[in-house]
Amino acid sequence: MFRVFWTVLKRDLTLAMRRRTDVLTTLFFFVIVVSLFPLGVGTERKVLATLGPGVVWVAALLASMLALERLFAADYEDGTLEQMLLTAQPLSLLVLAKVAAHWLLTGLPLVLIAPLVGMQYHLSDAAIGVMMLSLLLGTPVLSLIGAIGAALTLGLRGGGILLSLLILPLYIPILVYGSGAVQVSDIAIADTQPYVALLGAFLMVAAIFAPVASSAALRISLE
Amino acid sequence: MALNWFKFASPASFYPIAGRLVPVFWVLTLALLAVGLYWGFFQTADQLGGSNPQKEYYRIIFIHVPTAWMSMWLYMILVGWAAIGLVFNTRLSFMMANAVAPTGAIFTFLALWTGAFWGRPSWGTYWDWDPRLTSELALFFLYIGYIALHSAIDDTRRADRASALLAIVGLIMVPVIFWSINCPDPNQCAALHQRSNLMRIEGNILFSMLIMTLAFWMYSFATTFMRLRSIILTREAESAWVQDILTKEARA
Repeated sequence: MFRVFWTVLKRDLTLAMRRRTDVLTTLFFFVIVVSLFPLGVGTERKVLATLGPGVVWVAALLASMLALERLFAADYEDGTLEQMLLTAQPLSLLVLAKVAAHWLLTGLPLVLIAPLVGMQYHLSDAAIGVMMLSLLLGTPVLSLIGAIGAALTLGLRGGGILLSLLILPLYIPILVYGSGAVQVSDIAIADTQPYVALLGAFLMVAAIFAPVASSAALRISLE
Repeated sequence: MALNWFKFASPASFYPIAGRLVPVFWVLTLALLAVGLYWGFFQTADQLGGSNPQKEYYRIIFIHVPTAWMSMWLYMILVGWAAIGLVFNTRLSFMMANAVAPTGAIFTFLALWTGAFWGRPSWGTYWDWDPRLTSELALFFLYIGYIALHSAIDDTRRADRASALLAIVGLIMVPVIFWSINCPDPNQCAALHQRSNLMRIEGNILFSMLIMTLAFWMYSFATTFMRLRSIILTREAESAWVQDILTKEARA
């Protein structure tokens, strides 16, 4: 069973590595959105430090949502997805592998670039560390929940806008605790523990239930 | 006596029943609205509260609270019918879920709208990022998402099932969303809305609030059945019994 997971993961990563620009677009979208905010709200140090966590998290939300459209789209167009539905392997495992690959390509780069973005907003070193940790725990949840929406809107006209309408309200809890953790870390680093614990709990629950829901959605979309 | 409930699960047999019930529900709606509004305007106190009383404007409670209740309750009903549809594969359940959605969205909007007008004199602001306000807004987005997804898919069967799944996921997320907005700091929760307790409300106010809720219930039934009838006609347009009805109506 693990081999199935591994094979799908490796396949998706190889495919993405053949077309690297797709991966980089998400990353640069994130960096550009975050860089534009100071130009809009002013570059005062104190304002930026308060806005920073929220802006970074909202940008991460949008970036991961934009990338979601591509999660199943290519496989849907060339018919691979239908073959996956027909295999004897559990579909939710395949979906989990696809989501994992998707996160490695779109979520993990955001985590790694976070220190750079944090410096733009004059965040302290501790806050940057907490931001990386919260993004590390939170962005996989975004991908997992988003996969449900991506599966539901498969092959629809105007799917991207629709996807944001369906999925963004469901992202609220992650946004609240993700940016909350970074804000609190400025005051006392020990206080971030409950936030991180909650994000971890979200990740566990999402990893169990979201693939099941997404595979049900895929079956509906492809029947 | 064995009553066959599944008989009414067929659009063909439910269509005439719904047609007969619609006027009944409209009459009940109007009667209850009349009683509720009369009681709310003339049989209740002029002001509410002790040292810093709310004057006449508190009367918006008779619209605000029932609409907020209905908005949540109708979402549960929507999800209930959607789940029944997914499990038993009955066409009418999906149509029912579909017919409830716009009414629910309207009530959600009304709850936000009346809340804003109540908030202005009593809190000094139209909008605040209070948990109940924000989660009501999230609920509104969920209704809109359901309607948008359903109308974006051309194939009716896929549209029904996809939006049903979305509604169920939404229902699971609503408590999490509410809780996360309510307690942005996991160690303490704060809210602008006072704790509500139905037992402590003055009798006349409670009476007219409950009558208004019943009126909105009847209104929901009436509009849902009206919408359901047109959905049935649209979807079953090819079937013989719909053709019969249409030709009969055309002759009359």
